[in-house]
Amino acid sequence: MSKYDIFFHKISLIISLAVLWIMLSGHYTPLLLSLGLLSVLIVAFISSRMNLIIFDQPILQLYFIKFIPYGFWLIIQILRSNIDVCRRILNPKLPINPQLVKVKSTQTSNLAKVIYANSITLTPGTISIDLDGSEIEVHSLSEKGVDELKTGTMDKKITDAEANPYV
Amino acid sequence: MDVLNIVSGVFIIVGSLSIIVGLLGVYRMPDFFTRLHAASIIDTLGAMLILFGLIMHQGLSMISLKLFLILVFILITTPTAAHALAKSALHGNLKPVTDDDCS
Amino acid sequence: MFEIPAFIILFAMMLALVSAIIGRTVYDKILAVNIFGTVTVLFITLFGFLNKRPDFLDIALVYALINFISTIAILKFFEYGDISKGSTKKEEADI
Repeated sequence: MSKYDIFFHKISLIISLAVLWIMLSGHYTPLLLSLGLLSVLIVAFISSRMNLIIFDQPILQLYFIKFIPYGFWLIIQILRSNIDVCRRILNPKLPINPQLVKVKSTQTSNLAKVIYANSITLTPGTISIDLDGSEIEVHSLSEKGVDELKTGTMDKKITDAEANPYV
Repeated sequence: MDVLNIVSGVFIIVGSLSIIVGLLGVYRMPDFFTRLHAASIIDTLGAMLILFGLIMHQGLSMISLKLFLILVFILITTPTAAHALAKSALHGNLKPVTDDDCS
Repeated sequence: MFEIPAFIILFAMMLALVSAIIGRTVYDKILAVNIFGTVTVLFITLFGFLNKRPDFLDIALVYALINFISTIAILKFFEYGDISKGSTKKEEADI
């Protein structure tokens, strides 16, 4: 990553932090605005000192817009598997059979892999434990969650959202 | 307007009951990794239903924007914490029970 | 209208604390404290609406972030025995 890119990342980090600060505080007096600017600069300095900027994130922080349709689909999946896990818990016989499986991920960038692993964990019934290369180790509460992961719908949706440059 | 209030009240009450269901799961599950699954009900269904009910009760304003931000932060941070817990438990020689051990 | 869910959530907070006390391993206790933090965020939010003081939302926002950071810090302490130790190896870098 070139020096220019790192500079651009710092600027975009500062801008997004400032937007968040202005959104959360409702005061616009000069004293509070200067204090806010100071805190934004301190946070940006600390995160650049912690080497958090060399993560290969996209340059524009607006990248997340591509994942919004995926987010709505994910919420429906979360509600469905929530109902399944709630029924298993409330069943007096506790019908679970936990298992460890490996799932392939076809994403290329680190950010998309993190999104995939996080959405596996966010869905109740499956938890991603380890991620190396293109394989994710998943602990599942029952074979139903494993079957849904093995069909690869979630994987394909994230890969499509990652690859498509125009939303 | 009244219908919206009633619907949001139902959302909030169902959300708080789902928190109780998740904690019941934490008490009933046989080992640590299955307890994580029960805890993720609290983080997703409970938080989503309660905060969405409050947004519906509030209408569009600055306050509902803050409620939405709380929901986004919860939905981003809790799976990361669950993944870190599971990974360090597996490295800490805590073996998950598999299908053969239980029932 | 918000009283009943507030009482249910208080009961859930008590259950989470009890499960933190009786948890067998360290990880069970950390998980219970994490659940307690999430439930507390929801309780603070409801409490702000109960008292008609929306300032409580800022506290809930900060509490949600501190809850996450404290969980990660405690896990790092148990894994490496030190909070300030950096992860040098590639495979340790993602906790």
